[in-house]
Amino acid sequence: MANSSTSSRGLAGTTLRINLSTGEIKRYPTDEKLMREWFGGRGAIAKILYDEVPRDADPLGPENLFIMSAGVMSGCFIPAGAKIGFGSISPLTNGHGDSNMGGHLGPTLKFAGYDMVIMSGISPKPVYLFIDDDTVELRDASQYWGMGSLACEPAMKKDLGEDFEIATIGPAGENGIRFSCITHDFGRQAGRTGQGAVMGSKKLKAIAIRGTCGINVHNLDKLTEQVTAIIKRTQTHPNMAPWQKYGTAFFIEWSNDNAVIPTRNFQTTYFEDIKGISGDALVERCLITHKACFGCWMNCGKYTKAVLPGKETVYLEGPEYETGALCGSNLGMTDINQVAYLNWLMDNVGMDTMSGGGVVAFAMECFQRGLITTDDLEGHTLNWGSVEDTEHFVDMVVHRRGIGEYFAGGTKRAAEKIGRGSEKFAMQVKGQEMSGYDGRYAPGMLLSYMTCDIGAHHNRSWTITVDMAEGRDKVEGRAKVVVYLQHIRPLFDCWCICRLFWGELDIEPEEIVESLNLITGWNIDAAEAFKTSEKIWNLVRCHYLERNKANGRTFDYPPARSWEDKIPTGPSAGKGLTKEQIETMLDEYYACRGWDNDGNPSREVLHDLKLDFAADNIEKIGLLGKPLPNGIPAVRGERYKPKAF
Amino acid sequence: MQQVFKDGMEIKRIKVISGKCSGCRLCMQICAICHYGEINPKKASLRIEAHFPQPGVYKPRVCTQCGKCMEVCPEGAIYRRDDGAYIVLVEKCTNCGVCIPVCKPGVIFQHRDLDHVIICDNCFKCTKLCNTGAITIHTRPVKESK
Ligand code: SF4
Ligand code: SF4
Repeated sequence: MANSSTSSRGLAGTTLRINLSTGEIKRYPTDEKLMREWFGGRGAIAKILYDEVPRDADPLGPENLFIMSAGVMSGCFIPAGAKIGFGSISPLTNGHGDSNMGGHLGPTLKFAGYDMVIMSGISPKPVYLFIDDDTVELRDASQYWGMGSLACEPAMKKDLGEDFEIATIGPAGENGIRFSCITHDFGRQAGRTGQGAVMGSKKLKAIAIRGTCGINVHNLDKLTEQVTAIIKRTQTHPNMAPWQKYGTAFFIEWSNDNAVIPTRNFQTTYFEDIKGISGDALVERCLITHKACFGCWMNCGKYTKAVLPGKETVYLEGPEYETGALCGSNLGMTDINQVAYLNWLMDNVGMDTMSGGGVVAFAMECFQRGLITTDDLEGHTLNWGSVEDTEHFVDMVVHRRGIGEYFAGGTKRAAEKIGRGSEKFAMQVKGQEMSGYDGRYAPGMLLSYMTCDIGAHHNRSWTITVDMAEGRDKVEGRAKVVVYLQHIRPLFDCWCICRLFWGELDIEPEEIVESLNLITGWNIDAAEAFKTSEKIWNLVRCHYLERNKANGRTFDYPPARSWEDKIPTGPSAGKGLTKEQIETMLDEYYACRGWDNDGNPSREVLHDLKLDFAADNIEKIGLLGKPLPNGIPAVRGERYKPKAF
Repeated sequence: MQQVFKDGMEIKRIKVISGKCSGCRLCMQICAICHYGEINPKKASLRIEAHFPQPGVYKPRVCTQCGKCMEVCPEGAIYRRDDGAYIVLVEKCTNCGVCIPVCKPGVIFQHRDLDHVIICDNCFKCTKLCNTGAITIHTRPVKESK
């Protein structure tokens, strides 16, 4: 039964290169060496962007690439092997950007016979990429241009057929809003780093794929046995039932109880009205059906409807935790239907609900402090807890009307325009808005945002339970855990499988590496996997330095609220960090990575990772790290298994 | 070839509760793996119909064992086994597809790699993997009078 004769195990075999300017479509055998050495997905994307995009290329210009990669495990019967990675130079951070999403697109790309699609140029007119097994075409998308993401998907399915998997951008992406997302499967998003804006800049409205081929793996018998055993074993895991019931929305109340939930633009970490937006509220008042990605037995997706007086009833997936926090407590919304409505609104216009929530919250605080007024808002207010105000403001941003133009580039750019001290509470790092956890009394989490390679984001390292276990007042020793997590977590984005089952169901990395070997026929161990991930991390860092041309440390600071303001209310009232503690964490972090105190990778560590070419490149611009006085640590990062919740 | 059903025999089929299905397609994956040694949901003998954006429900489509396919098959390539399954004799099946439109749930498939149709053979591997309870095994004892 096992099909081990084929060479492209785990891979579909073909990579597409598409020049959107000329319409030329070329097929290449997938570069197996690239897949092996960079693990496909995020890793292969990082290497291609590093090698091929000129350092001065405008992220929204023709020289930027837009890459979609399904990695080596997506679609391979591995639990939650459902992801697809998107990557390009991020218009938010001006560094390597990647973002991934679940649903069915990644597996379907492989079932159609392709591992990766690398797109360059700018199409002269709106198009969509049509893939139906061997047929690959750029098709006219003028009839879809301007449509909301959630409206466009069913329209395209109606035109093409139900069994096409569709990914779209909305008007935000079309208009170059820098935090635009890509939407698929009626509510799965590649939200972060503005991949939707890059798609829009290339006049690529959508991607439609149907595939009927199979995927060959190295040892299907053993893989089937292993995966079946994992599924059976975890069916009774204590986290399975809450996970299936609530998805990540379970965390809303938990985060509030533990005083990390961002509230009114991270002014405080405790929300009085949490019950109204909790996981229970979601399940009791909005839930229609549970929804899973391809091959996932945990079904964290909650398909819902939002019913608000005076508004049309809308259907959406979510809000999951991040949206619940960032468009909920962070905007002062007290009712789950409000949060769900805003979730739908942002999904449909095609904005990342995380950055979108962050941008609206920042604008609301500007309004609270009188830095923007009703005169700037076409006569409207922008008050905490108001859906009407949010809806109007989002419309100004999406269409870049008036002050909306300021916010179209995210909070960092908006704060630069608004000035008057607003930078202090523009809650972002490197231009990307923070995720839904306040780091002032969770120092590892703050360090995670500060050092995240794509700008503030929880997906690379999430340490709330580590902070709780190791002491929330203490910053020492946190860096080595953050480094470890920054190696293990992005591996899932390389392999294009979901990360959540590792965290929630106690599946060890060794077990996942075993699946990887059964799929690919490679023979690697967890240590090699971590080291490959570290290599990718360092390459992305070098790329960032080469594009932004200053010491790494200068980019790694959070906004000043993180040390100037103590938490004012709730269970963590009075808690906070000092600037010195933040510096200590950075010092420890760089030492742990083998980077110098300016946050620049040293030649020794880059050599150890076989990145000598990157060392040469950053040396040329004077950003190669100085040799470390005591040499580099033999193993960077310390293995740690954070408690789920 | 037609089986004689006797008292005491059990007929089995897949029972569906639509509202429970999460659309994960694990069932389709394991079906194709078990029958064709390949990860390829298009070779599965069941389908998940997704009704989105409205009303928002996944409907597993499985063989209901109505027997229509066997009735219309011009080659006599489909027979009923004593567990209730309608089995395709792949060496007799000419892949003519006459059975496809008569199948109400729409679960007879052709694939460009295969020269015969695909019909569920009651292996129930899908029900064993389904983690939501959307598809389970339904057992019914045979009554001779029927
Ligand atoms: S395959 Fe279709 S037509 Fe044949 S018995 Fe099953 S439901 Fe009836
Ligand atoms: S395995 Fe169960 S939940 Fe998943 S698609 Fe099949 S019937 Fe639905």
